Amino acid sequence: MTIIHHVFEPGFFGSGPVHTALLVGAIAALVAGPLGVFTVLRGQSFAGEALGDIGTTGGSGAYLVGVGPLWGFLVINVAAVAVMELIGVQRRRGRDLATGIVLGSGLGLAALFLYLDATHQSTTGTAVTVLFGSLFSVPGTTIAPAIAVAAAVLALLSVIGRPLLLASANPELAAARGIPVRLVGYAYLLALSLAVALCALTIGSILSTALLIGPAAAALRVCRRPGRAIATAAGLGIAAAWIGVLLAYDSYAWPPHDQGWPVSFFVVALVVVIYLGCGVARRLTR
Amino acid sequence: MLSVQGVGARLGGRQVLTDIGFSIAAGEFTGLIGSNGAGKTTLFKVILGTSRHDSGSVLVGGAPRSRRNPLIGYVPQKFSLDPDLPLRARDLVSLGIDGHRLGFSLPSTARRRAVDEMLEAVGAQSLADARVGELSGGEQQRVLIGHALISRPKLLLLDEPLANLDLRSAGEVISLVARVAREQRVAVLISAHEINPLLPVMDRIVYLAGGHAVHGRTEDVVRGDVLSKLYGHHVDVLRVHGRVLVVAGAGDASNTSPPTPHASSDCDLDTSPPTPGVEVLS
Repeated sequence: MTIIHHVFEPGFFGSGPVHTALLVGAIAALVAGPLGVFTVLRGQSFAGEALGDIGTTGGSGAYLVGVGPLWGFLVINVAAVAVMELIGVQRRRGRDLATGIVLGSGLGLAALFLYLDATHQSTTGTAVTVLFGSLFSVPGTTIAPAIAVAAAVLALLSVIGRPLLLASANPELAAARGIPVRLVGYAYLLALSLAVALCALTIGSILSTALLIGPAAAALRVCRRPGRAIATAAGLGIAAAWIGVLLAYDSYAWPPHDQGWPVSFFVVALVVVIYLGCGVARRLTR
Repeated sequence: MLSVQGVGARLGGRQVLTDIGFSIAAGEFTGLIGSNGAGKTTLFKVILGTSRHDSGSVLVGGAPRSRRNPLIGYVPQKFSLDPDLPLRARDLVSLGIDGHRLGFSLPSTARRRAVDEMLEAVGAQSLADARVGELSGGEQQRVLIGHALISRPKLLLLDEPLANLDLRSAGEVISLVARVAREQRVAVLISAHEINPLLPVMDRIVYLAGGHAVHGRTEDVVRGDVLSKLYGHHVDVLRVHGRVLVVAGAGDASNTSPPTPHASSDCDLDTSPPTPGVEVLS
């Protein structure tokens, strides 16, 4: 019993914010893992990173107008994907360029919004919450829309799964089979923008890539089958989120007392550990 | 099975193909020969329907080409498969059955059997559970041929399948394709910049140079007078130890219209310095 008490500090299972954190973290990881597998395969990690960063604009804007940050992340990400597509994110050479342009202009707005948040609002720590996340302060009312967004992403992904897999493996093979490669790529980007919004809600806009790319890259190191890679990425992500929440909760009891460490730090650290662990596992099994 | 008539195509303002015409019957093995840049890949994409042509017509199985044509199997040129790709050889072959469909695929014994049979047919059963991205070039080529053939196409297009393969793998791929074409009555169009590996198995040849083509039985096309007309200047066809060398004479070579001259890559002539004033075209 004492060991269990040391692992789960008193009050862990009874705390409302902990329940919300566990749920939101799991939802985000469940969606980010599968999406991340395709992001890594398609070499679009930069687009994923950029969407996360741009989320800063949406999140800080949301505080300005007084709505939950999830709405800000969602709106700005979907808009960013539309603009990136317009500029030419699908063409290999135009891809990084389009992403860079959208990222740059978005972050300029974020600088303004964060400044306004700090000067005109009474809320403190908005910048830290938006940039680095604060899972324990996510309001319970966010759970329902988060589940809805996650369901939409997973539904979209399961519909386009096979053509997307073939198009990601080799666009020419896919085109020869009559797959509309560009349309499939756009549907994927849309799903990505929604998934990244959920990640930003969980560990902050700047760190969101860690949850998107890390578990997926780790899964790709150890899985040879598409279905297993997707399931493993989701599982590893959920593990990182949950253990991160637990460690952050426990850290209130660590020195210095009564100052918990941020959840996001633990989640990202665990993602890195998992990634390295999977690299070792692949070497050993070869 | 395939009928190409008067096809012309422009690419980026450049006339790549002019008045290309040939046809391939079921079970026939046709080589599409031309040096790099001769327009082989463009012609494939026109036949596939993934690239536009400006004139002429392409009929596959007697009907105009369509965007998704189940009659055509295709293996692209210089495909690259990521070593991290979570696809075993059997998964990639399986995507040849239903990769274009929406929704999930549920495990089925019928499909598993079909995939196993195809892997065996292309001599890749021992590779079935390996990651495709970690296979060698020749092995990947075999798996992709399986991917292309499992949907039972009537026409198989292989774009430069021998490029970057060592002699032995190239020979294996060629004999595999020839055998499958015979067994399954599949018409094969296979492109190469080097004619010799295909000589033993080709029924017919489409020789592409400067955007124009001549078509016919190998012995009727690979002749000095025919190719001189195609290239627009004098070329000689030499036969050495059962191999064919297409060489351009001196003088013509400096202002040639044909594309980049290409030396034979796999014969021992490579090691000897080229005769001054003679260019080996194929």
